[in-house]
Amino acid sequence: MLSCFWSAPQGNAVATFARLLPFWSAPNSKQQAECQTAPAQTRMAALLESLLQKEVEAIKAVEWLKHDGDSDSLAWCKPLKIERQEFVPFLLNFLREQSCSTLTHGPATPAKTPSHPRVSQPSQQGPGFSSELRGGCRSTGPGTGPRSASRVQLFSSTPSLSPGAEWDTTQPPSGSHCLGGISALSSPSFSSARSPAPASTSRHTPSERRSTQRASLGDFMPSPPELQHHHSLSLGVQQQPRGRRRSAGMGGQGRQGGGRGVFQTEEVGPGRSEGGGRKGRGGGANKMGDPAVSPPMAQMTTLVQLNLTNLEDFPPMGMSHASPALHTKPSRRINPTPVSAERPHSRPKTCFTSTPFSTRPSSPPPVPEAVTGAIEGSITGALNVGSPPLSLQEERELLKRVKCKRAEQVGSPLPTSLDPCTPTKPGLRPVSGSKMTPVTLGSCPDPSKVTLTSELDLLADLYCTCISENLVPNVFLELFFVLQLLTSRTPAVTEEEDKDLSMGTLDVLERGYLSKVHNCVYFSVRVLENQFELVSHLDKDTLRLLAENERVTCFSPSLRNRLTLAQDASTAKVSPSVDTFIHSVPFQPATDNRSNFSSDKAFHTFKKQRDIFYEVLREWEDFHKEPRWEFEAELGNRVRGMVNQLNSTGNHSHFARLFLKQLVQMCKGPRALGSPGDTPDADLLGMLGADSLGRLKRLEERLIQPQGILGPCPPPAFPGHQEFFRDFLKTASCCQLNQHLKDSLCQQLLQLDEVSVLAPVVSSTEGEGDMEQQDEKQRFSSVLLLARLLAKFLGYISFLPYQTSERPSREIQEATANLRSKSMSVLDVCAVLRSCVRRRRTILTVPWLVEFLSMLDFTGPFLLCYRTVLGLLLSLYRRMVLSREGEVCYLNQLLMVAVLGWLFQIPVIPEELFFTTDFAVAVELEESQTNVQGLDCLPLVDQQLLYTCCPFLGEFRKLLAAFVAGSSARGGGLIRKITPTSAELRGTPTTTRSQQKRQVDLEQAFFHNQPPSLRRTVEFVAERVGSNCVKHMKVTLVCELVRGGERLLREGLISPGANPLILNDSICAQLCDGGQEALERATRFCSEKGPEAIRVLLPDETSPAVLTTSENITKRLATEKAYSWLSSNITALVKREWKTKFDRVMKSLPSPEASGVEGSGLVAGAAAVSQEQSRTPKRDMGKEEAVTSCPPDCPHSAPLPSDVLVEIKEVLSIAVGPRSEKEALTCLQLNALLGKVGDTLSCKKFSFPMPEQMLIRCTVLLACKLVSCVYQERSTTQRTSSQLDTTVGSIGVNMGQHPCGTVLTPCPDKFRLF
Amino acid sequence: MKLSRAEYKEIVKCTEHLRPTRQCMTILRQRFPNHSQSTLLSIFSLEYQKRTKRTMSRHQAPDSIESYYQRYLSEAKARPSVPVLLELANEVDLSPALMARVIVDRFLQDQEGASKQVLNNMLREPSLIPDQALANHVYQCTINDCCYGPLVDCIKHAIGQEAEVLLRDKLKERNLSFLDENQLRTKGYDKTPDIILEVPIAVEGHIVHWIESKASFGDDHSHRTYLNEQFWSYWNRFGPGLVIYWHGFIGELDSQRDRGILLKDCFPSDIVTLCHGTSPATTDSLTG
Repeated sequence: MLSCFWSAPQGNAVATFARLLPFWSAPNSKQQAECQTAPAQTRMAALLESLLQKEVEAIKAVEWLKHDGDSDSLAWCKPLKIERQEFVPFLLNFLREQSCSTLTHGPATPAKTPSHPRVSQPSQQGPGFSSELRGGCRSTGPGTGPRSASRVQLFSSTPSLSPGAEWDTTQPPSGSHCLGGISALSSPSFSSARSPAPASTSRHTPSERRSTQRASLGDFMPSPPELQHHHSLSLGVQQQPRGRRRSAGMGGQGRQGGGRGVFQTEEVGPGRSEGGGRKGRGGGANKMGDPAVSPPMAQMTTLVQLNLTNLEDFPPMGMSHASPALHTKPSRRINPTPVSAERPHSRPKTCFTSTPFSTRPSSPPPVPEAVTGAIEGSITGALNVGSPPLSLQEERELLKRVKCKRAEQVGSPLPTSLDPCTPTKPGLRPVSGSKMTPVTLGSCPDPSKVTLTSELDLLADLYCTCISENLVPNVFLELFFVLQLLTSRTPAVTEEEDKDLSMGTLDVLERGYLSKVHNCVYFSVRVLENQFELVSHLDKDTLRLLAENERVTCFSPSLRNRLTLAQDASTAKVSPSVDTFIHSVPFQPATDNRSNFSSDKAFHTFKKQRDIFYEVLREWEDFHKEPRWEFEAELGNRVRGMVNQLNSTGNHSHFARLFLKQLVQMCKGPRALGSPGDTPDADLLGMLGADSLGRLKRLEERLIQPQGILGPCPPPAFPGHQEFFRDFLKTASCCQLNQHLKDSLCQQLLQLDEVSVLAPVVSSTEGEGDMEQQDEKQRFSSVLLLARLLAKFLGYISFLPYQTSERPSREIQEATANLRSKSMSVLDVCAVLRSCVRRRRTILTVPWLVEFLSMLDFTGPFLLCYRTVLGLLLSLYRRMVLSREGEVCYLNQLLMVAVLGWLFQIPVIPEELFFTTDFAVAVELEESQTNVQGLDCLPLVDQQLLYTCCPFLGEFRKLLAAFVAGSSARGGGLIRKITPTSAELRGTPTTTRSQQKRQVDLEQAFFHNQPPSLRRTVEFVAERVGSNCVKHMKVTLVCELVRGGERLLREGLISPGANPLILNDSICAQLCDGGQEALERATRFCSEKGPEAIRVLLPDETSPAVLTTSENITKRLATEKAYSWLSSNITALVKREWKTKFDRVMKSLPSPEASGVEGSGLVAGAAAVSQEQSRTPKRDMGKEEAVTSCPPDCPHSAPLPSDVLVEIKEVLSIAVGPRSEKEALTCLQLNALLGKVGDTLSCKKFSFPMPEQMLIRCTVLLACKLVSCVYQERSTTQRTSSQLDTTVGSIGVNMGQHPCGTVLTPCPDKFRLF
Repeated sequence: MKLSRAEYKEIVKCTEHLRPTRQCMTILRQRFPNHSQSTLLSIFSLEYQKRTKRTMSRHQAPDSIESYYQRYLSEAKARPSVPVLLELANEVDLSPALMARVIVDRFLQDQEGASKQVLNNMLREPSLIPDQALANHVYQCTINDCCYGPLVDCIKHAIGQEAEVLLRDKLKERNLSFLDENQLRTKGYDKTPDIILEVPIAVEGHIVHWIESKASFGDDHSHRTYLNEQFWSYWNRFGPGLVIYWHGFIGELDSQRDRGILLKDCFPSDIVTLCHGTSPATTDSLTG
């Protein structure tokens, strides 16, 4: 039945639509669909209505939701033929619609940061809204690149999928993809009028889609929120404003509107739409402040005024009366949409898009026709102009009825409301100017003002059931919605309006259940109470913010208390991980030297390639954040040049290995996976500290601005360095390289997938169970993170060839799917998934599979294998009910629910996936073998890992923090809390920390250039030794202590009047003190055993320095490990052991004789430990440098050859000339020089062949020079020449044979020796 | 010696009109008494090489060579006792050693069996030059040139190797274990710094895996070249490292410390090694 939702080929619009969503629908259900779709909405509305009117017991409905189908309690709903899968989206949409006015109009006025529209009060936006969209767009910027771009494109292109996307149509078709959303903002049709008031417009964006009227209202009233009416019944008047709003909305919502098209074509009247359009285009003239926004007619203006006043409470409902098109278009506010014909189809989609709220098409129907095309046009046609399909008859009737009702209402309320409103306006305006004021004014939820309590309770129950039964596509999206309700800001509601809304005057379904902030908060708190377990697993900060939220305190002190308690248990916090400083892949001779290459050329080419790769990487690091920098433009040629060389030398496998290693090195850490918008907390905290207002302000801005709230469903992204690798691959676009990467990634992934993670020791009451468990947890988390990273890139590379910026048309998609179905998928995802379910390893496999699938292209999901795997995942998700005590650990489940929910919201995943019954049914998951103990039942996931994998969970914190910031005028709790934290941070001595860090860095660095096996060995040995140490302490020290205690006990008991209990306490205390000795002993144990093992395990040829360092590192790691466990557990261990012993002793007391108590163990242990090992292995110390020819006791203190050469050159050049009169050489100088030459030549330490020869040559030349002088001044030079003789002689040169002897003819007259 | 860029520029400016002779070096020394001679000589030499690169083609044009040769012949004949070749070199602003090479090369063109090998040998050993007068002039040129010539080359070579020996000595003194270039080469490394530390150290807070010794002054041009051809390649393979410019460098160039390339003008004194004597973990935990 469900399938017909999507398949019904009725009427033009429907047909088109159906074609777009071909594939999920069952072919034969079409006829059925025709007759059933429309009524379905009605039936569901009826169901809800009857529930609300208490005609049906709520509990039955809950039961029904819990157990689909069979139970007897469902008899009542059978006649209605409602499937729960249909009801869930209906309910969700109902809630969204109900609350949209609240969320929208909120004085949200994040006005604080008008320049940053997206920052605007998150609370106002629906989950997933415009903010998210915008975020998406933004993020695409540098980081997300093509992929994100395509995503956005998706959105904008969505219209094709969803009729609701009409608003899109108004946009020029040319709209750029990535900026689709943004451009929409500026597109003439919508924006102009409102652009001046960015804050308000942006804020409302989400809502616009939902209801044009509302949006318009809000826009219309630039004035403070207080003026604005949530539920105004006003009318057509608002069209203009609507236009504006819409435009804003479009821009902002780019993603959602487009991507998850919103279907509500609803009753957008042609007149209205026109008005909107017109306004938008020409609207520039209108100023924010102007209530009468350039109304074409005078009447309009007046009306507007009137409405405005009214609007406060009745924005949607009233619309109809004012608008001329009233009859044709019901301008009903209550878009709950059950009524409209199109809805049935659109409904489900809207709901489950990441932007569930935005249901309404913001653009008027007529416009779309012109611009777009078939789908929207047809739909609108069907709605407005065209002959409605027969099947819609029924609905029409309903519609009429509603209209009549409304007309009645409208008549009366309007006049009344006018009076109060009018006066208010002028006064209010000024207020509107200051954006801050509204906040404070508007939001003061008061439990006593909650209306419709029982209905709210009922809705909350139904809603909670949907959440806890995983009937909603994304649990966290709903939680986000609930928090939005909690933090919503609404203008004050007047009493009368209040009545109108809550009293029975309205249709049951049209009452404003969530139209007031009081009700919203009430509802939200109810849900939070109900979903406490889920909430309690959020991070500490979020819990703190929730606990400190004054609304929570006000509405449910008990919830606050529980939250406060839960805070202590929560361990998740965003801790900036240590930045490892090594960023390059070490050169390993084993894999990288010449013998690994086919030719010298390949080897040397790769040498260059490695350098180019890093050069590119460095350049990217330096510049990629600069505004105009583009990877392709700046680095494209270099990358391709390098890749071409790869091709010519066939080095792909080498490069693929380098590439992947580098990828893993840089991106594996949790930090790299963090969401891009997150700034380190420390930074934030640094700004606190002083309580000056300025700082506070800045803090507030920071809280809101940089951490823009992206919503819980951000599109897949490549944060941090991942972006580089993604862009590199894209730019290189080298099929050979990609193939090698794929091979390698597949292999690594499957290997990781098989990693065995040990169950913690079964009798884990014992202490060391915890220790091993910790290790396994860490191992698991690192494996999981790595697998996710690799899977994402495998997915990226695999689907890269098929990526398109826009969703291809149905025909193309079919053809492509058909074509592609013939070849094998890179990874047999179904087999992998089935096997992991069978072996209960879903907690490892599903998260990385999700990463892989998130990279799918548009056609991908339609291929059998991916379609199947999505179905399997869906059924897995459905089974993964959190509240149910299963064998799967809660946090394990939570992680899977989070990632799966996220996957289902990704644009490329067809929206209809979630609510298609036949889908889930078609692919059954094999039951897992019950006797297999897989990973799923091990407590492997902790909050840290959960938040690392799902950074979007941090959005809750941001939302709440933004709320606090917004209401800080009243003194939020945030500041109070944060200050101490910052003080703490500052207090810690930085020096010791930096020293420690340096040591750790050095250790890491040490392993960097060693073979990987060395590190593995060290880590393994350290791990084992540390673990053994703990065991050793247990059997030695603890045993001894307990025995000693036993002796004391028995002795003590003998003495008269002994009180066993007192004895027990004192002995226990004594023993615990003794237990501290464990730390010292552990140190000794590790210092002895660690190095021993290392010596045995490392190869003999390991150099002494490396060996010693390895030993020391092992020692440290092992000690640290043992130490950390012992210091926190030894006392408990001793106590436990002692208690056992004590009990036993007490029991056996009648026979006082105890077993021999000897310290034998102690002695032995001490003996073993006392054997201090200090000897280092005698290893070959390496040969001393060959200084062979130095004289025996040479102190190597001779002048350096270079110095002597310089000196001799100087002398020679003076000798050779030309020289000045001042320049002269003395015999003394010459003597000294020659002495140096002699010394230098005799010491070989710095002697190298070339300088030595040169020295000899110069000496000879100098000798010749001198000899030639001898002719002139024989007497003076005698001494020198004899000296020279000896020197030259000593170096074995026969001067007589030297050519210089005959050649040199110095200028004797100028050469003077003194 | 670390120079600021301003200081460096001042020296460079001063060298602009100098000739690469002993006399000019003396001038330079007197002008900058606070800088070591090796630094000054190194800067001058680098600057002069740049100048030569710019102008060399002009001097090597056939007609210039011919005119130099003819001038030499005629002047040597006219004034046999004057160092005419050296004067000619200074006059046309060509390095004397290079001028000698040009002239000998030209001289050999008239001889039989002239080869580059023969030319080099004659320059290194002027006594091999058949023309005795020319031999004298050539020797005068090469011995007086402080930037070019076989003797200068040899000195540079010696300085480089001595620096490496000194570096190894220092490392051994500090008990730091390392692999040198030759050991690395035998293991098949494609790029080999002078030293790879077996156990890394931290110098002034920066991790150091390798050390490269440069017996020259680090100016912009040469540092850039070294970065591209050597230092980054080392980083790419072995991680962060240290470069020692024994003859100093421009201080501003030391800007890549955080990225993994540290510059020093001497062997560093602030060295932190892995200290396992007292296990930091243990002591910390005990006190904490």
